[in-house]
Amino acid sequence: MLNIKNLHVKLEEEDKQILKGVNLSLEPGKVHAIMGPNGSGKSTLSYVLSGKGGYEVTDGTAQLEGVDILDMEAEERAAAGLFLAFQYPVEIPGVGNMTFLRTAVNAQRKLRGEEEMSAGEFLKVVRAKAKDLKIDAEMLKRPVNVGFSGGEKKRNEILQMAMLEPKMCILDETDSGLDVDAMKLVAQGVNALRDDKRTFLVITHYQRLLDHIKPDVVHIMANGRIIKTGGPELALEVENNGYADLLEETA
Amino acid sequence: MAASSQNTSSSRALRDAQLIDSSGAWAKQARTAASERAQAAGLPQRRDEYWKYTRPDAFVQADVTLQSSLRKSLEIFHQRTTVLVTFEDGKIQSSALPSAAHCTLESLASASSLDLHWARDIYGRLEAAGQTPVQRSLAAVNTAVAREGLMLNVTGAVAAPIHIHATSSGQTDAIIHNVIQVAAGAEVTLIETGQYGARTNSVLEVDVADGGRFHHIRVQDGDERHLLTHIFGKIGAEATFKSFTLTAGGQLTRNECVLQLLGDDASVSVAGACLGDGRFHHDDTVFITHDAVNCESRQVFKKVLRNGAVGVFQGKILVKAGAQKTDGYQISQSLLLDDDSQFLAKPELEIYADDVACSHGSTSGAIDAQALFYLRSRGVPEAQAVDLLTLSFVAEAIEEIDDANLAQDILDHLTETLSAR
Ligand SMILES: Nc1ncnc2c1ncn2[C@@H]1O[C@H](COP(=O)(O)OP(=O)(O)OP(=O)(O)O)[C@@H](O)[C@H]1O
Ligand SMILES: [Mg+2]
Repeated sequence: MLNIKNLHVKLEEEDKQILKGVNLSLEPGKVHAIMGPNGSGKSTLSYVLSGKGGYEVTDGTAQLEGVDILDMEAEERAAAGLFLAFQYPVEIPGVGNMTFLRTAVNAQRKLRGEEEMSAGEFLKVVRAKAKDLKIDAEMLKRPVNVGFSGGEKKRNEILQMAMLEPKMCILDETDSGLDVDAMKLVAQGVNALRDDKRTFLVITHYQRLLDHIKPDVVHIMANGRIIKTGGPELALEVENNGYADLLEETA
Repeated sequence: MAASSQNTSSSRALRDAQLIDSSGAWAKQARTAASERAQAAGLPQRRDEYWKYTRPDAFVQADVTLQSSLRKSLEIFHQRTTVLVTFEDGKIQSSALPSAAHCTLESLASASSLDLHWARDIYGRLEAAGQTPVQRSLAAVNTAVAREGLMLNVTGAVAAPIHIHATSSGQTDAIIHNVIQVAAGAEVTLIETGQYGARTNSVLEVDVADGGRFHHIRVQDGDERHLLTHIFGKIGAEATFKSFTLTAGGQLTRNECVLQLLGDDASVSVAGACLGDGRFHHDDTVFITHDAVNCESRQVFKKVLRNGAVGVFQGKILVKAGAQKTDGYQISQSLLLDDDSQFLAKPELEIYADDVACSHGSTSGAIDAQALFYLRSRGVPEAQAVDLLTLSFVAEAIEEIDDANLAQDILDHLTETLSAR
């Protein structure tokens, strides 16, 4: 699904190398988790993949279903099936959540040359999906993320993901700021989307999320590289021992 | 080519002898006094501090050389039931004046031919009161020579909005003077769309008595046109005054609004959103005087500028001694879509009471990169994402409109205007 080879990324504005040769191969239908110390480059990887400006790719490639994405615009990547649930979702005052969702769904359809979703159909679908995530009508009407609690923002990200039905979902610390019940809701939302084609890349600091969203593969990122890859047990190891041993092993 | 048809005075004339001669007693007096005011003040000059950011030349030169046409801004409110008053080439269509319950509608021409009329207490009076501390001589000129306007006397709650729609073609020089009296406890909404002339000098005087409610929603479109408007408002105790203006076109616009809060517990709001593109100069000049206890005033101005468009804001809150518990809010912001555009702001507070809460802020900024990326990452193409963020930016001004339907109409018109450009 997503193939990242030798990805090197530096900041555009300053001479600071952040990703120093990332290699990742994510197969269709799998859930991969990335863990790693603060500042190791996890969010940067997710931003570079989804097309945020301010970074310069100095080497390497990233392909979505065999197509190079690094030269594509952010919206084109989205239409091609890539989705990023933000670590810090952005507030957009004055634009209703519903309007925003509908604009996004139809913009993607348009970019793919598909027909737009009718207002009626959209309403039906969004209501059902919002209900599963316990997002009420009032929250749908409110401006995007404005005044939402941390947990509400994260649930709202999952709602967007559910509406856009991407092929490749990147979740950046979607568990941070969630209470126990919200975490279960979000995990249910994610699990409901799991099938044998859709791929997930879940960035997290805590094993707890991975109890609910069972990963197939766990990667450890440190200092701009993937330093270790293993099964779910790797997450447990981190939970118990921290990163010190792992960092030493690869030092 | 000069545009002086028989009934339209030049914007430069400070006195219209023929008009004064044919006026009834009250109007004769009001027009004579105004022309004296105008003569004493003189026409505005480029060096006037008060005209620092906008050149007055275009409003005072003799000839109109603008070729102006108009997009169909009547349709903005086509889903709403309104009481329609039309102006054509600067003249009110008085034979077609509608009627509505709890109010009377007359033309200035017919009201001013009488010796006695209710407008006597408002026409030119509020304008004169608004001449200090700065002189607004073009408003005095208007009072002196205007022949056209709507006189609206509101005595109860008027159900449907009174909707003035003006059309003009070619090079009309329009001088319009509208007067509204809202009786104690009465309520009305005034909508203004279209354009009175290629060049317009319009004055609106509004007297809102105790507990009255006045709502004003205005859409200023057009291409080459030059527009100078003055609103003079006198607001009584527990009364409400709310005026919102959307400017989506026109080369030159100066909207002045001068409000006096004279009764306790009153509340006013003056808001504006403008979309400027290219040859576009837009000036909001506001002066709000708090002269009573526990009043609230809000000024919310949002300007979106690109391709060299210029936005100006001069806003002042004056809190007189004794106007305790004043709550004054003023914000003026611009969204600059490129480096060529410019926003000039002069926010002012002058406070002589000690128990007041006034805040003001003025900012200029570009599109928020983080928000833009967020939208694009959801599949919204850049241009459309910029439009959405533009709507997001002006939302605070539109939220000042109380009527949710009319606010939606404004939003729809904005969305349409954005997607068409
Ligand atoms: N725009 C930027 N300007 C300056 N430094 C940046 C920028 N973007 C990323 N960095 C730096 O790059 C490094 C990696 O940051 P990144 O946000 O990718 O880490 P992370 O692994 O997601 O951390 P966390 O677990 O705390 O979320 C950090 O040192 C960060 O300060
Ligand atoms: Mg991060």
